[in-house]
Amino acid sequence: MLKYLSKRLFFAIPTLIVISFVLFALLDLAPNDPTGNLPQTIPQEVREEIRESLGLNKPFHIRYFKWMQQFFVNEPLNLIEEVTGLEIGDSDSRLRVRSWLTRSPVVDLIIERLPQTLWVVGLSYIVGIMIALPIGVISAYKQYSWFDQIGTFISMVGFSVPTFFTGLVMIIIFSVTLSWFPSTYDTTHVVKDLQSLWFQVKQMAMPVMVLAFYNAAQLSRFMRASVLENLNLDYVRTARAKGLRDRSILLKHILRNSMLPVITMIALGVPTIFTGAIITEQVFRVNGIGQLLITGIQSADIPLVQSLSFLFAVLIVTFNLLADVIYGILDPRIRYE
Amino acid sequence: MRRTPIIALIILSILFLASCSRETTSEDSVDSDEDLADNIAEVDRNLKLLYWQAPSTLNPYLSSGTKDIEAASIVIEPLAHYDANAKKVPILAERVPTVENGDISEDYRSITWHLRQDIVWSDGTPLTSADVVFSWKYCTHEEAGCTGKDSFRDVEQVVAVDDHTVRIDFTKPAPFPFGPFVGSVSPVLQYQQFKDCLGLRAQECTEANFYPIGTGPFIVDEFRANDTVQYRANPHYREEGRPFFDTVVIKGGGDAASAARAVLQTGEFDYAWNLQVEPEVLANMRNAGRGEVLTAFGSQVERIMVNQTNEDPSLDADTRSVYLNGNNPHPFLSDISVRRALSLAIDRQILVDVGYGIAGQPTCNVIPLPEQYVSTNNEDCKTQNIDEANRILDEAGWIKGSDGIRAKDGVRLSLLYQTSTNSVRQGTQSLIKGMWQQIGVETELRNIDAAVFFGGDPGSPDTLQKFFADVQMYTNNFEGNDPSNYVEGWQCGNVPVPENQWVGPNISRGCSEEFDSLLDTLSETFDVDERVAIIKQLNDIVVQNVWEIPLIHRARVSAKSNTLKGFELNGWDSELWTIAEWYREE
Repeated sequence: MLKYLSKRLFFAIPTLIVISFVLFALLDLAPNDPTGNLPQTIPQEVREEIRESLGLNKPFHIRYFKWMQQFFVNEPLNLIEEVTGLEIGDSDSRLRVRSWLTRSPVVDLIIERLPQTLWVVGLSYIVGIMIALPIGVISAYKQYSWFDQIGTFISMVGFSVPTFFTGLVMIIIFSVTLSWFPSTYDTTHVVKDLQSLWFQVKQMAMPVMVLAFYNAAQLSRFMRASVLENLNLDYVRTARAKGLRDRSILLKHILRNSMLPVITMIALGVPTIFTGAIITEQVFRVNGIGQLLITGIQSADIPLVQSLSFLFAVLIVTFNLLADVIYGILDPRIRYE
Repeated sequence: MRRTPIIALIILSILFLASCSRETTSEDSVDSDEDLADNIAEVDRNLKLLYWQAPSTLNPYLSSGTKDIEAASIVIEPLAHYDANAKKVPILAERVPTVENGDISEDYRSITWHLRQDIVWSDGTPLTSADVVFSWKYCTHEEAGCTGKDSFRDVEQVVAVDDHTVRIDFTKPAPFPFGPFVGSVSPVLQYQQFKDCLGLRAQECTEANFYPIGTGPFIVDEFRANDTVQYRANPHYREEGRPFFDTVVIKGGGDAASAARAVLQTGEFDYAWNLQVEPEVLANMRNAGRGEVLTAFGSQVERIMVNQTNEDPSLDADTRSVYLNGNNPHPFLSDISVRRALSLAIDRQILVDVGYGIAGQPTCNVIPLPEQYVSTNNEDCKTQNIDEANRILDEAGWIKGSDGIRAKDGVRLSLLYQTSTNSVRQGTQSLIKGMWQQIGVETELRNIDAAVFFGGDPGSPDTLQKFFADVQMYTNNFEGNDPSNYVEGWQCGNVPVPENQWVGPNISRGCSEEFDSLLDTLSETFDVDERVAIIKQLNDIVVQNVWEIPLIHRARVSAKSNTLKGFELNGWDSELWTIAEWYREE
């Protein structure tokens, strides 16, 4: 297992370097320009100077290596300094990865955005799982019953209706007509007493439900399929023949076996919590990581988009590895050699 | 385990209801004096603004769009700004300089500003001429990449005559010396705060860029880039009892339609900025009765640029859409009758009704305001005249072929029509395509992402400067209330060509000696009325030569809640220019 792990980790490094290069090249080839959103009254000469000040006119490889140095050396050093309070080398003149849009360090922007993304997207993931698992199990166990039919219908709706539509419908029902929930998310809100907690619950309600619905729809179908696959296997028949009750067959035998692929699915989906939900964040103005990414893309903010997408790549690679490890631990039949 | 959140929810809702009922009971038991005090306290003194494009920085000199300039305008201020009628109003200065009061020199080579003595920065230190001089140095530093640099065009130096007097010298006579420090695009920064941020260091002064010290009615409390800005009232603000609001929040994100909804339908916000939304959607939301939609006209004109050079894709990079001293004319758009017919065939009123509503008016001029500069010689374009357009084309020898498309000597009237990606623009494009079809002109439509089209990257073939199309449509305007710099754009020498990295404002590549010599006269004329007359003539040359087809005079559109009073929208400066006077009345 350890040997396998170290091998995987070793291969992850070149993978990530290749990813970072491809990302940088793609962003560089993209035709949009950081001065694109400036008012028309600003002449071309001034735009050229702005590009110059951003370092956009330097050759590709220099910009790439500069980013590598800033991202892999300067930023971690800075993070260590901030956590430990130590000063390593000449920290004042060390260049950090700066967003072109805000001229502030990208890492600070990400840290500022994480809480709302984790709250909203993370919670929706948990809620989604809690809804999906029982529905999946029951619909499989009572295949073709009315419960299964309705469940199938609802998950098909959740699957095929995009979140910008469900989000809008929810806003019109719960914000415009009923005025129960606010349609915008206040990122500066601080939970300090029960009343502010209640406000937090209210402002999270709609985005969390929209995303949870979407997540649950996917996951419950997967859970159902997995349980169905196990229902007809030999060990279930053996258990029945032994005279075990249906309840314990389902919960002790089938569930444990059919959870294996589902847990892998869940683990693989965890990075999406950090990448945020671009559309849902826009609809409810949650302004988390997803919204940061999309504003970065729209304004050709290469350092921001590059750093963010690279972090996503790291998360995805890590959780892929983690999913494999969990699988090995949960299922002793699987051995990595 | 799964039951705990539900129980928590129930407890929470009970607590919430309990706290609500407590509030109502306390209100019953107050006497009349306290009642009044309560009433004042009850008026919500928090102002909530919605800018769906969220501010990215509060330093307007490093901004990436108008949103940043607006968000900064309630903190840092220029010497004077423009009111809703495009008139200059002094803010940090005693008075607006004129030749009559002696502040503008007779030869128009220098302008003197007298700063008000009573202005202090929000940290309590006085505003002095050193701050003004520094702001000029800050923005004109070659490595700064300053967005407002064009305001300092032709400025030779900015001198502090004394602590409260500043003289700006120009390298040549400047008939309009109000570029520097007039309008929110070129405000005064505090020397003390920004002194170490010159040139490339400007990028690293995050703290100063996010929390600028200003003289305006509000102070930045918290800045979250591309998300939220929180302000509180400035205790050092120059006017007693202002501003009326204690705090201001600018929230960003989402899109224009949902921003309009948050003000007009749900009432969560007091004001929303820049709402280019289809008119019927806006009208629907307005019916909820919570707020109103406001418009203010400035100098923005949506227009079609008509390419005067040959843009044939088969030409090489040094020839395609390159002016070549007039030796590379467009195969059919160089014919004035074709250009006139294109303009005549357009029904501008329909374009307004479908795409703009109250946010637009048909126009036939490239200078639509201020009033005195508006030419009255081109009004006939406001009525569509298909018959006349057809007649002109027939006369010029463009004959309809079997496919209904006109042609002459094997050249077909087939156009490539490009613009930026935007639902209103695509709607306008397809309407115009239909209108041109009626005069036997074939149109192919194309749209390009705004960041590419307007980005002006010399490496991209899709920028409006390269103009690799026959016609293209976008909005242009001029800064401030004086079109002098703007009309210079159509000089022959300002055509974008590969040699100058495609830099230059003469996008349609129209060029005439008449125009250039008139422009020379303008630069030697200082009499205001004469200048106005010349600028009108210049406008007429552009329009009557149909280098550009003006379509729609566009307004700024914003929405405000019914409870917000003291509001006046402005088409010439920051929309928040009177924020100190805003108040709430339930």
